[in-house]
Amino acid sequence: MSNFIDLFFNLDIMAQAWPLLLKGLIITLKLCAVVILLGLAGGLLLALGALSPRKWLKWPTIGFIDLFRALPPLVVLIFVYSGLPFAGLELTPFMAVVLAFFLNNSAYFAEVFRAGIQSVPKGQPEAAQATGLSQVQSLVHVILPQAIRNVLPDLLSNTVEVVKLTSLASVVSLSELLYSANMARSITYNSSPLVLAALIYLAILWPLVRLISRYQRGLAEH
Amino acid sequence: MLEINQLEKCFGTTQVLKSIDLSVKPGELVFVIGPSGSGKSTMLRCCNRLEEPTSGSILLDSEHVTECHGRALDKMRLKIGMVFQGFHLYPHKSVLANVMLAQVKALKRSKPEAKARAMEMLEHVGLAHKADAMPSELSGGQQQRVAIARALALDPKVMLFDEPTSALDPELVGSVLKVMKQLRQEGMTMLVVSHEMEFAREAADRVVFMDGGVVVEAGPPEDIFGNPKSERLRAFLSRLQPTTAA
Repeated sequence: MSNFIDLFFNLDIMAQAWPLLLKGLIITLKLCAVVILLGLAGGLLLALGALSPRKWLKWPTIGFIDLFRALPPLVVLIFVYSGLPFAGLELTPFMAVVLAFFLNNSAYFAEVFRAGIQSVPKGQPEAAQATGLSQVQSLVHVILPQAIRNVLPDLLSNTVEVVKLTSLASVVSLSELLYSANMARSITYNSSPLVLAALIYLAILWPLVRLISRYQRGLAEH
Repeated sequence: MLEINQLEKCFGTTQVLKSIDLSVKPGELVFVIGPSGSGKSTMLRCCNRLEEPTSGSILLDSEHVTECHGRALDKMRLKIGMVFQGFHLYPHKSVLANVMLAQVKALKRSKPEAKARAMEMLEHVGLAHKADAMPSELSGGQQQRVAIARALALDPKVMLFDEPTSALDPELVGSVLKVMKQLRQEGMTMLVVSHEMEFAREAADRVVFMDGGVVVEAGPPEDIFGNPKSERLRAFLSRLQPTTAA
């Protein structure tokens, strides 16, 4: 038993590894912030494109969304990081991760936004237009607030997925949380840093996951 | 005031409006009746371009509604109030915010000005005390009166009513009709699509009977209800008889 604790829950080693993991955590959080914000913005634009009555805009956008929803994010990441340099485009690990996950995430967020916008009854934009609001004003003040409220649990779920996804960045040697923990493991020859990293992910994501469940239960009761 | 000339509308290959001519004079209340599927609502929705006419023209105070695009169309719509069968209040906004939104964003009124105007209009429809309520807390009749206040707050030149009482429980219809009657007394120009025949008889200046996408007959309510000339109108009115008697 004490052997088990030594191997996985060794507090001394965790304390030793903490500064390294903290640096990793900061990079993970930065990465999340950038990827989530870009993903939300890109997702919204893609959703609007996919719902556009203009066919030349609609079909390419839907194609783009389908492509990046179907491709495994790790494949996209390795292609961007290791494949693109053959075409002379060399990106830093951080930029490569941001680009790859932006492509993946905006496609996922686009589907969520599209479902949300479609859940708003047609009478709402009609009422907005009939009172002289422009299309953009109708979108901002009437459609989106209702659309987002209707798909809030899905938006949050997707956000949780993004945070988990960032751990894939370790494969292109970006020293985010998982990479740092694995580094600490190889230096200390002990698995406790990995457990610590897992606990940090858990501490960030568990409240979010709880929140989503409660919100969904709340919706179901209405 | 409002002039509809040679209006045609096709959905795909189905023609739902065939050469409609109709004009509404200032201060007039024109009532449009007809069986469902006769094109009444489509005609009304063409007047503010929620439906795009296939051909023909619509003029408001000699300005072409049908030739406006983009910003100009948004501006034109400010002059044309519309009330829907399903109310379509914004569920995420309070009653007051519903009545203020377009005033601030489209008319560019200041917030205090918009609020004052909104309260005045809510007072007008008897719902000033509900200003802070959410639409879901109101009855259908109250929601429809808020929707009327939302349209009136923009000072439109003409008001379109698309079956304003069809979604209401019978006991709530009266409150909405009362507001419409009041509007008429104040001289508002109104084009109303509705099945409230009693109200048409009592309050309309002119009644237009539509069937199969054409205007079959039009005239003062006494003539339309008392002395229908066309076979189709007679048939339509006789089918209504049991409900009007009840």
